[in-house]
This record gives sequence, C-alpha cells and structure tokens, in this order.
Amino acid sequence: MTTLPIEPPAATQPARPVTPGRPALLGRNTGDRLYRATLTALALVLPLLLVTLLAELVVGAWPAIKRFGVPFVWTSVWDPVAGVFGAAPMIFGTLASSLLALLIAVPLALGVAIYLTEFSPKWLRQPIAFLVELLAAIPSVVYGLWGIFVLIPFLRGYVVPPLRAVLGWTPLFSGVFYGNSLLAGGIILAIMIVPYIAAVSREVLLAVPSSQREAALGMGATRWEAVWTAVVPYGRAGLIGAVILGLGRALGETMAVTMVIGNRHDISLSVLQPAYTMAAAIANEFSEAVTDLHLAAMFEVGLVLFVITVIVNACARLLIWRVARGTAVGSRAL
Amino acid sequence: MSGRSLRRHVTSGLMTGLVAALSFTAVLALVLILGDLIAKGASSLNWDFFTKNPVPTGQTGGGVANAIVGTGVIVGLAALFGLPVGVGTGLYLAEYGSGRLGWVVRFVADVLNGTPSIVIGIFAWTWLVRPMKGYSALAGSAALAALMVPMIARTTEEMVRLVPHSLREAALALGYPRWRTSLRVVARTALAGIVTGCLVGVARIAGETAPLIFTALGNQNFTTNITQPMQTLPHQIYEYATGPFEEWHRLAWASALVLMGLVLLLGVTARWAIRQRHGAAR
Repeated sequence: MTTLPIEPPAATQPARPVTPGRPALLGRNTGDRLYRATLTALALVLPLLLVTLLAELVVGAWPAIKRFGVPFVWTSVWDPVAGVFGAAPMIFGTLASSLLALLIAVPLALGVAIYLTEFSPKWLRQPIAFLVELLAAIPSVVYGLWGIFVLIPFLRGYVVPPLRAVLGWTPLFSGVFYGNSLLAGGIILAIMIVPYIAAVSREVLLAVPSSQREAALGMGATRWEAVWTAVVPYGRAGLIGAVILGLGRALGETMAVTMVIGNRHDISLSVLQPAYTMAAAIANEFSEAVTDLHLAAMFEVGLVLFVITVIVNACARLLIWRVARGTAVGSRAL
Repeated sequence: MSGRSLRRHVTSGLMTGLVAALSFTAVLALVLILGDLIAKGASSLNWDFFTKNPVPTGQTGGGVANAIVGTGVIVGLAALFGLPVGVGTGLYLAEYGSGRLGWVVRFVADVLNGTPSIVIGIFAWTWLVRPMKGYSALAGSAALAALMVPMIARTTEEMVRLVPHSLREAALALGYPRWRTSLRVVARTALAGIVTGCLVGVARIAGETAPLIFTALGNQNFTTNITQPMQTLPHQIYEYATGPFEEWHRLAWASALVLMGLVLLLGVTARWAIRQRHGAAR
C-alpha cells in the first residue's frame, strides 16, 4: 500500500496534554506524532540538499575564488597548463545562447498558449497541448543527436547562405560557418524550452477570470483586442514568470548544447561562430581537470551557474505565484 | 462597416491566424524530430541490437545490451532512493505544508527543479566518486535520485490536494487517527495520481545524460556491479553521436529511438492512467 515505514502507535505512551491554542486533535496520538516526524524528516531532505550543494560548491571552488577573486567572471583567458582561468567566454556564451533561444521560443510559446486558451476549437486543445508537452519529454541527448545530424546540415544548406547574403555585412553574421555554432545551440535550446514556457503561460492565461474577457468583449472589442488588452495584461506577471522559467531551463541545459555549440573558449558577436557555455564546459572538462586549480575553477563555474539559475528560478516562481498562487505550475515534468 | 472597424476585425483575424500558425510550427518540430528518429533509427533495430554488447571500434554489428541493462539498473536504484523521499515530502507538503517550513520546502523544491542537472552531477561526484576513488553506477543513481525528488514531491502534493476534504473529515469523525487517515484514506485515494507522478519522474531521469558523465561514466562492457562504471542509453548516444564513425552514428540513432520509446511509454502510460482515473471519478 505504501512504502513509508510507519510503526503502529505504542499504547503505553501517555497522551500529551493539549496545548492551549492548538487544534484539539493535533499531536495527541503517538502515531500521529511519529507520522508527522517521519514526513518532516523526509521533507527536510530537500532544504538540506540545497544547503549542502551550495556549501560544497563554495568549498570546492575556494582555491579558485581565493586565487582569481571577482575578475574570474570577466577574464577571458582559459589556460589549464599555465593555471590561468577566467570564465567570461562561458558566461557570455551561456547568456547569448539563452537569449537567442528566448528570442525564438517566446513568440512561439506565447502563440501556442494564446491559441490554445482563446481561439482553438475545443476538440483540438488537448491534442495540441499534449503534442507540445511531448517536446519536453524528448531527452536532451536526443535533441543533441538531432541537432548534429539534421539541424546543422539544414542550417548549412538552406539557412546560413541566404542569411549571409543579406546580413553578412553585420558583425552578428560574420565569419565562416562550420556548423557547430551559437546559432545551432540557440535554435536547439529554443525548441527545448517552448513546451515549458507554453505550459506555464497556458496555466496563467487559464487563471485569468473570464469576467475580464467578457468585459472587453462587451465593450465591443474584437476577440484579439480582448486577448491583447484584457487577458494578457491581467496575466502579465505570470507570463513574465513563464519566460524567466524558460530562461532558467536554457541557462542550465547541458547535453544538447554541448553537442552543437562548438565548445570554443572565445567571445564572438557572430552567431555563426562556435561558443561555449558553463554547463558544456563542466560536462567536457570536469572529469579531465589536469590540476587542482583547474578542478577548483570548474567548481567555481558550477557555482556561478548554480547561483544564476537559483536567482532566475526564484524570480520566476515568485512572479508565477502572484497569478496562480501556490500551484505547482511548471513543476510537472511532462 | 466603417474602415476603422474593418481594420480592427482584419487585425483580429490575422492575429488569430498567426497564433494558430505558431502552434502548428511547435507541433511540426515534434513531428520532424520523431520522424527523423524513426526514419534513421528503425532500420537498425533487430535482435542483435538488444542482445549483443558493443563490438570493438571498426567492426560492424553489435548492440547496446549493456547500456539497456545499465539504464535499468541505474534508474531502478535511483527510483529506490528517490521515490520514498519524494512521496514523503509531497505528503508532508499536502498534510502539514501550510506553515513556514512548508513554504520553504515548496520553494526549495521548485528552485531545485530548475537547477541544472550537471550541477547535481558535481554534487554526486563530491560525495560518492571522490571518497570512493572511482566512478560508479551508484554515484549515477544518487545524482538521478536527487533530480527526481523535487519533481515527485510537487506532483504528489498536487495529487493529494485533489482528494476531497469530506473524505478526510469522514475518516477523522469515525475516530481514525490522523496518520491512518492520511495513509489509508487520503494517500490511497490519490494513489493513481501519485503513481502517475512517479512514472513521469522516472521517465524524466531515464533520459538524463549530464549528471552521469562524471558519475556512472560509461562502460564498453556488460556489468551489473554497481560499484563499477556502467553504461546507460543516454550516455551511449552521446558517445556514439560525437564519435567519428558512420557505424556509431547508426547505432546512436537506433539507441535514441529505443530511449525515446522507453520515455514515451512511461510518460504516455502515466498520462493515460490518470485520465482513466479522473474520468472514472467524475
């Protein structure tokens, strides 16, 4: 029936007198107290995990923090042999690829959410929502595989040549295109975060009271005007939360990005050039760290990534909770 | 109809068309990816693929039996560690989670849900790989367990909260203690939902690669020894996809199709199960 090891109440234990101000039934039974204690102990695992994770990252990174200080985040030299480490290219690559992904994913995901809540015929809602959510079920490494063998050849053959012909003169599209690039990483990330942003946005839009919609329609607004002037502004905080949640996903995504972004310690404005992300660097170099300082630098990269994603996720949660209070919106895996 | 009104209605129609088109673009991405998986992977699926181990580099043939078994072992172990903690935390949140600690746990669960899995890998490396002086399947399982706990805690909480208060009150009125009410009435009523959440959680971690790279590592040979490095399907796909050989790429697509099938089977079963249950409840 259940996996929890719950002992039957010991009958000999005297019942504790009820404290004034507490509900009469609470904590009187030994079994109840034991049950509550067990569940509380299990629930404390998560906060403990978070604290140890943070502590361990700081301890592991300490030699690098002491050695390089704050300039670690804006130095762009990464030389394990000479023992000089700066994470600027990875931080740049992480932010650039995530922003590029948001640029593509936000219109798509908001489109899906608005279409599903406001316009689509009823019979189409469940199937489309299900299919879009299935995108979240595809393992990261499968996205990477698809990126290497389908997306990159497609970009090389059909997207990049016309793009360069028109925009090749700008610094954003300069240089030779080898395939593995910021562009490929950004597109893969975009496909990966669409289901998250869409699912949360949809929950947020569903939480908007229909009186808002009806009032706008009653004033003579067209259906789109009702959505754009009444529904979307009402859920704005939640929608921003959804986008930030997607950003959090993109920042920490590892495998797919590692496989297509090129993994080069370099800062280039051009999206056609290879780049590196913090997560990709950890995946590639962590177990192959040549010196203790190198390992400490990897820990520090992990720490920076962790702190950024925690801040981003915390912001997203607070914003989403403002609209859909206390719900587990977006926590669902599928 | 005046010009202004006409323009407004045309805009409305155009924007409706646009959001519909965006929705179908997202669905198209899914269809393309799944289609490529089947087109490039299905032809390599045969009896050998499931029953043989990898052959030395350069030879053709062989299978990924070691990775399939490895995924089963590592994910199974992770579920063994992770499910009790996840479900327990979820029950706590639903039963006693209205106070300050409940808020903290809920918030931490959501934050950990968004923590990069590679960082969780570092966690398992520090606590298991470094002290044991070697990569092991056990360390991989621990990392995956840590990933699934917050996910399962939140779905369990949600499912338990769906149980009507009247059921709980009826049990308490009959003189049931709270713990028995919680386990025998509330959790039991929500059991289908909790199992669904667990299945979805397992499906999610079964596809994880990043936390396994420097914990379970990977292994070209067949092993069920959890103190040794062990191969998994996601890690096998990573190695084969980034390798230089055509033969490896072929196996990578086939492995990806198998992994995708496994994940979908778990996920879709879970969704179907809950829909049946909810449909019946109404």
